[in-house]
Amino acid sequence: MTMQSLSNRKKVVSKKEMTFMERIYLPAIFGGMWITFKHLFRKNNTLKYPEETREFAPVYRGQHVLKRDEEGRENCTACGLCAVACPAEAITMVAGERERGEENLYREEKYAEVYEINMLRCIFCGLCEEACPKEAIFLTDRIVPSNFERDGFVYGKDKLVESMDDRIDITKRQHTGKRGVI
Amino acid sequence: METSEWIEKFVLIVILFLVTLGIAAYLTYFERKVAAWFQDRIGPDRAGPFGILQPLADGGKLFFKEDFIPFAAEKWLFILGPGIAMFTALMTGAVIPWSTDLVLFGQEIALQVADVNIGILFIMGFLSIGVYGIMIGGWASNNKYSLFSAIRASSQMISYELAMGIVVITIVMMSGSLSLRDITNAQHGMNWNVFYQPVAFIVFFVCALAETNRAPFDLPECESELIGGYHTEYGSMKMGFYLFAEYVSLFTSSVVIAVLFFGGYNFPGMDYFEGNTLALLGLGALFLKTFFFVFVFMWIRWTLPRFRFDQLMHLGWKSLIPISLINMLITGIVTAFNEGWF
Repeated sequence: MTMQSLSNRKKVVSKKEMTFMERIYLPAIFGGMWITFKHLFRKNNTLKYPEETREFAPVYRGQHVLKRDEEGRENCTACGLCAVACPAEAITMVAGERERGEENLYREEKYAEVYEINMLRCIFCGLCEEACPKEAIFLTDRIVPSNFERDGFVYGKDKLVESMDDRIDITKRQHTGKRGVI
Repeated sequence: METSEWIEKFVLIVILFLVTLGIAAYLTYFERKVAAWFQDRIGPDRAGPFGILQPLADGGKLFFKEDFIPFAAEKWLFILGPGIAMFTALMTGAVIPWSTDLVLFGQEIALQVADVNIGILFIMGFLSIGVYGIMIGGWASNNKYSLFSAIRASSQMISYELAMGIVVITIVMMSGSLSLRDITNAQHGMNWNVFYQPVAFIVFFVCALAETNRAPFDLPECESELIGGYHTEYGSMKMGFYLFAEYVSLFTSSVVIAVLFFGGYNFPGMDYFEGNTLALLGLGALFLKTFFFVFVFMWIRWTLPRFRFDQLMHLGWKSLIPISLINMLITGIVTAFNEGWF
């Protein structure tokens, strides 16, 4: 008794002899050559990489940035929510208290003395960005460059905090705009 | 021979040698470009404008690689293999009539290194020796994949040489001479052999594919089963020689096809020209035909998948040889009829 097909998608293997036209191969060969010939005139999709780069999707998640507000004060208050949210345990920080005279550096009384992201641990999921209540951390469309040392992948504030001369555009990311211009 | 003739032949040989090598080098570039076009890509474009310095870069790389000989290899045969492959591939160019006589410095210069009266036999002979390069290299490597490849190559080349030889006999019947000069001259104007012998042309073309070990008959070097085939153990310029020899024989077999079936340096309307103009136009015509066939060779390579080995043998022994035999028989009868034997 033959098994009943449940999916109705089974195909019986055909072992029929090739017909004369199939056996002389030439019609099939010319058919194939016609197909490849048509490809000669087709537009190629090659991107000449170092000169041209493909545009990133607006939601692309690359290297992080720690934002400043429009007066140049760091947004981050070292609340640690990003570190808690991080599934890869890539973020660590040490909180510090703002001294008198540092009001132009830090937006609130508490700030991050040390803020480190291990780029080898980071999975670029964007949960830190989502957890941040101060709109301080964002993922950008920059690619983390390669490095010869493991230590080189631990990014401190020197690499993460944006400079006021060269602000990082994050308009494509979700944000409320409460924390100043982007 | 006089001194001037010596000089003339020497210059001709040097030019032929350099041109063949140069063309072979640029065929590697051309092959990569053609492959890219067929696959909707750009191909090499980094070395120089449009990547035209790519062959030099490849050659330079191969020169600076370590020239390694495996411990278990048969040292001298291992070195001899690529040499034979290169030598036999280059030798076939010697009997090709490149064009009609050229008049330079008041002397008639035949654009043919050696007008031997058995030209086509010479080519067939060197084709059969060509298999030694692969066989010796594959055997001397002391590697089972190389050996498999060498066995495949030799059986394939011997099988396809039979059909090829029989087809060549039909062409010889058509022109009544073994000399390539005579065979070419018999196809004056548009009187090309391909119009009289289309079946012979197809058989010869298929055999030429098999003889040059190109797809779909590239079983001796199929990457998926035999790593790289007979040159698995080779590196550096010895490897380069094998690859180079393949392109040289691709070029020469295209020339031979053009000469045997497409009139060589003959072209329609050639009676209106004479002297050096005719010679140069004829040379251009031969090269045009040759490069067309080179392109077809590449076109086929980037279209068809590889044959299975039993299919290859089946095609060679059970299809091509009977077809070429019947073709030879019919040609013989017709020729005899025309000569008034009946």
